[in-house]
Amino acid sequence: MSRAGAHRSGVPVARRPRADETAPGELVVEARDLALRFGGVTSLDGVSLRQRRGEILAVIGPNGAGKTSLFNCLTGAYRPQQGSVTFWPEQDRPTELVGRRPHAITRLGVARTFQNIRLFPALSALENVQIGTEVRQRYGPVGAILGLPHARRAERDGVRQALSLLDLVGLSHRTHELAASLPYGEQRRLEIARALGTGPSLLLLDEPAAGTNPAEKRDLAGLITRIAGTGVSVLLIEHDMRLVMSVATSVVVLNFGRVIAHGTPGEVQRDPAVIEAYLGVADDTGGDAGGADVQAGPGAATRKDVR
Amino acid sequence: MGFLDQFWQLTIDGLMVGSLYAVIALGYTLVYGVLQLINFAHSEVFMLGSFGGLFAARGLLPDDGSVPGGLASVGLVAVGLGAGAICGGLAAFTLERVAYRPLRRRSAPRLAYLISAIGASLFAVNLAGKEFGRQNVSLPDLFHNGTVFSFFGADVSTQSLVIFAVAVAMLIGLDRLVAGTRLGQGIRAVAQDADTAVLMGVNVERIIIVTFVIGGLLAGAGGFLYAMTFNASYSMGFVPGVKAFTAAVLGGIGNVRGAMLGGLLLGLVESYGGYLFQASYKDVIAFLVLVAILMIRPSGLLGERLGRAA
Amino acid sequence: MSVPPPGPPAASDQPAASGPGGGAATVPLRVTESPARSAGPSDPTGSSDPTGSSDPTGSSGPDGGPARPAWHPAVLFTRARLRQLGVLLLVGVLAAIVTGPTGNSDKPLQAAKDSIIDVRIVLYLGLAVALWVVLVLGAELRGALERVSAPVRAPIGAAYGRRGAPIVLNLVLLAIAIVAPMVVSTAAQQSMVNDIGIYALLALGLNVVVGYAGLLDLGYIAFFAIGAYATAYFSSQTAMPWHAPFTLNPFFVFPIALVLAALAGVILGAPTLRLRGDYLAIVTLGFGEIIHLVANNADNVTNGARGAFGVPHLSIDLLGIDYKWGIDPLPYYYLLIVIIVGVMIAFGRLERSRIGRSWAAIREDEIAAEATGVATLRMKLLAFAIGASVSGFAGVLFASKQFFNPQSFSLQASFFVVAVVIFGGMGSRLGVVVGAVVLQGLAFYLRDKVPPADRYIYFGAVIVIMMIFRPQGLVPSRRRRREIQLAEEGIGAADSLGVAPTGGQQ
Repeated sequence: MSRAGAHRSGVPVARRPRADETAPGELVVEARDLALRFGGVTSLDGVSLRQRRGEILAVIGPNGAGKTSLFNCLTGAYRPQQGSVTFWPEQDRPTELVGRRPHAITRLGVARTFQNIRLFPALSALENVQIGTEVRQRYGPVGAILGLPHARRAERDGVRQALSLLDLVGLSHRTHELAASLPYGEQRRLEIARALGTGPSLLLLDEPAAGTNPAEKRDLAGLITRIAGTGVSVLLIEHDMRLVMSVATSVVVLNFGRVIAHGTPGEVQRDPAVIEAYLGVADDTGGDAGGADVQAGPGAATRKDVR
Repeated sequence: MGFLDQFWQLTIDGLMVGSLYAVIALGYTLVYGVLQLINFAHSEVFMLGSFGGLFAARGLLPDDGSVPGGLASVGLVAVGLGAGAICGGLAAFTLERVAYRPLRRRSAPRLAYLISAIGASLFAVNLAGKEFGRQNVSLPDLFHNGTVFSFFGADVSTQSLVIFAVAVAMLIGLDRLVAGTRLGQGIRAVAQDADTAVLMGVNVERIIIVTFVIGGLLAGAGGFLYAMTFNASYSMGFVPGVKAFTAAVLGGIGNVRGAMLGGLLLGLVESYGGYLFQASYKDVIAFLVLVAILMIRPSGLLGERLGRAA
Repeated sequence: MSVPPPGPPAASDQPAASGPGGGAATVPLRVTESPARSAGPSDPTGSSDPTGSSDPTGSSGPDGGPARPAWHPAVLFTRARLRQLGVLLLVGVLAAIVTGPTGNSDKPLQAAKDSIIDVRIVLYLGLAVALWVVLVLGAELRGALERVSAPVRAPIGAAYGRRGAPIVLNLVLLAIAIVAPMVVSTAAQQSMVNDIGIYALLALGLNVVVGYAGLLDLGYIAFFAIGAYATAYFSSQTAMPWHAPFTLNPFFVFPIALVLAALAGVILGAPTLRLRGDYLAIVTLGFGEIIHLVANNADNVTNGARGAFGVPHLSIDLLGIDYKWGIDPLPYYYLLIVIIVGVMIAFGRLERSRIGRSWAAIREDEIAAEATGVATLRMKLLAFAIGASVSGFAGVLFASKQFFNPQSFSLQASFFVVAVVIFGGMGSRLGVVVGAVVLQGLAFYLRDKVPPADRYIYFGAVIVIMMIFRPQGLVPSRRRRREIQLAEEGIGAADSLGVAPTGGQQ
């Protein structure tokens, strides 16, 4: 089934593989041995990662561990010096992402949000999402100027999809307000709606809970689960361990640009290497450093044993 | 006569013109370094400096039209350079205050700076045209212009030698200034990271204005040197301005030594190219060089950062 | 709160605690002073800075407690205001020089001296003082008003609704445009076609590049030249030495010129648009100069500096309608009105389509636009090509209207179109047309009063003044105004040239 076909039907989240399509074990993205260096600074040092379709995979790690760099390599913002990223828009269509431009990667079906929200501030909420829903539309300047039927239809479809996405993230009441005027938490959700508008099969969320209050975090957890429920795989960077533990199906832990652990949330929480990365010396805290301790970890206790 | 016969003469001419391009290019590169901004009105700073130097030197020349010699010549060149530098510096200072600073204060978008500079440039060019007339103005000879020495059959005139020597002295002086003084340290700090420089107690406002003035002093003095060989006119700034900008990009804009290298290289390329093709297409050559660098190696020969290089 | 700056000189001989509420009253004073002051003590143009002293409403701020009376000298003659007066006097002197006699290089400073030592200087200085008084009184009055009624400033998010000017206003303007040429002289009619009409069209095209895509094209007139020379090439055997083996009615050259100019735009833009945006400005500048150079020097192709003579006028012979445009400017004028209105409608639709939204996204946050799937390079190139094609189109009209030579395609003409767009309001279709009317109207008014080349002094000044005081233009586009406002607050951007330069509030 063609992507364009999915869009024309007006479904807000374009690709919704049915449950039987997402057989367990089917990969949506696989990064192999990524290395990224800036001058003398190594940001990623042989990172490999696999995500199955429909899975919510969380990437955690102390500040500066290379999480956002990993995102930037996956979305084409940076080009890693080494390694490859394979993405499967559909099951039997592996596509190499390294070397492609960000917008091309987005069109293939990898959408993202930013750690420090990047909306189009002087556009309305609706327009922000519309820009996402219109990325695969074909009509050109002539169609727009003459108001040709296919252009009008595409325009209407774009608006309809955008409206239903605003509804999905709970921003229907803000449709015509400027993005810059929305409260912080709503800006985060608007950014998610915009990313969903591009019809991704893989959604990358970079610290979506940063700066939001507990109630908003609960809503966000629900939203992420709902998005995953529509068949979109979610790759999540998050510092809030409670959120990670509640939504993620598996977790990858980065430290100093390397993967130090991966597994289910429970396994990772008990991993001594992870506890050491977060709390410095593992012996001090003993082996029983559970979720509560890890929660306090990121940012606060990073790298105190270094230098 | 073949190209090879002319090679050394062309080389000497190219180096002379190239050293002037380098001097002007420094203004672009310095301002770019601290502001990440192409100062479109820099060519007008050059033009005003050129007029200042020319008028000052001409005012001191004997009325009978005789050519001075010896110390008198040296003094005239010095006066011209000084007056040119002062006019250039003043023009650059005024430019920064009027066309840039109000925009900087309210952190205007980048486009606003370019447009404001174009407005200032348009204003300055045409005001100069109105005040000084729209004909070419030439500077009488300041010294007995003979051949100092021959080099592989190529004659080096006093004038070329003076121009080249002064230009190179200015280049070296600036290089020392940027690399070796506290002021230079401040300039490099702002170029590398203005926000951090502020936290470190660098007075960024002062550095910016000083950078503009240094660029203006150089361009003004360079303008006087330019007027010694070519003519001055209200519209003289544009062509050398674009070429100096090309030189700055060629060397890696924001990089002081790159601008010097780029200027000399461009002078040579133009000199050879003008001989091989046709003199009237000299200007086109510089432009083609610019487009070629932008396509092949936009960071220039020596890379971009003022902070790191120098 | 930072350390209060030392008292302003004018106020220093006033006892600090003399006014009612002494110490408390000085606080708001200092609050106003601080923005202007942060830049350093010797700032001659500080007062021309809108965020600084030219907005001294806070000098007795609405919430600053008991304030000194407005007429108190320490309030009236703050340091910033004295500086403002100084700047205005300097501007007055400059204005006297600009409008004064023309000089020459034999006595380089004579003209300036004659301008200053002249009775007119009194007028200019008087005007400067008067303007200063108005500014000061205006500020005081506004301050007083704000004290009685709380300032009503709509939050930026709320003002979102109807787009564009209401239809009635548009119709009235159109009616004025239709009637206007009937009441003016033939010379003015000529100017309304050649200068206002053509430049309005050019400005609408450049507006796509500058206003929509947020790029800067300084060689815009080169595409105009391409259109004009294409017309001479295709529609006349005699206009230039170089001509097509067949002859076309200029009407058929419209599509050809459109495509040629767009093609030239793509060829020029494709390599350059990958780079930082300000490089585009300088490359287009060079391109414009090269086209001008070639047109001027290639005698046996373009007829060189003599220009192209005898390009036929437009004519229609279709469906029983047989009409020829001639030397009378009026028919061209109405043709231009039709075209301009058509282009305005077309670009309005474009702006509201996915293409216009993509441009807005690129201006406001290029990285986010790219991540949202906007093909930024292609969209910029599209804007560049559309702008170029409008310019080429206008070139055909221009060439078929009258004789032309390379002078019409000078660098200054390119700058003038930029000035029109900036002055009118980038991103605003009505704005750029108004810009063309006002600026060309000014040029027409100045035509007998100053030499033609001197007019560019005024245009240059207009550009700088607009950038300092009203960057959004005379008739701003609502979206552009919001973008500039937000960008200056540090949210998003308002062009596609990368981050704003160093400086700003520190």
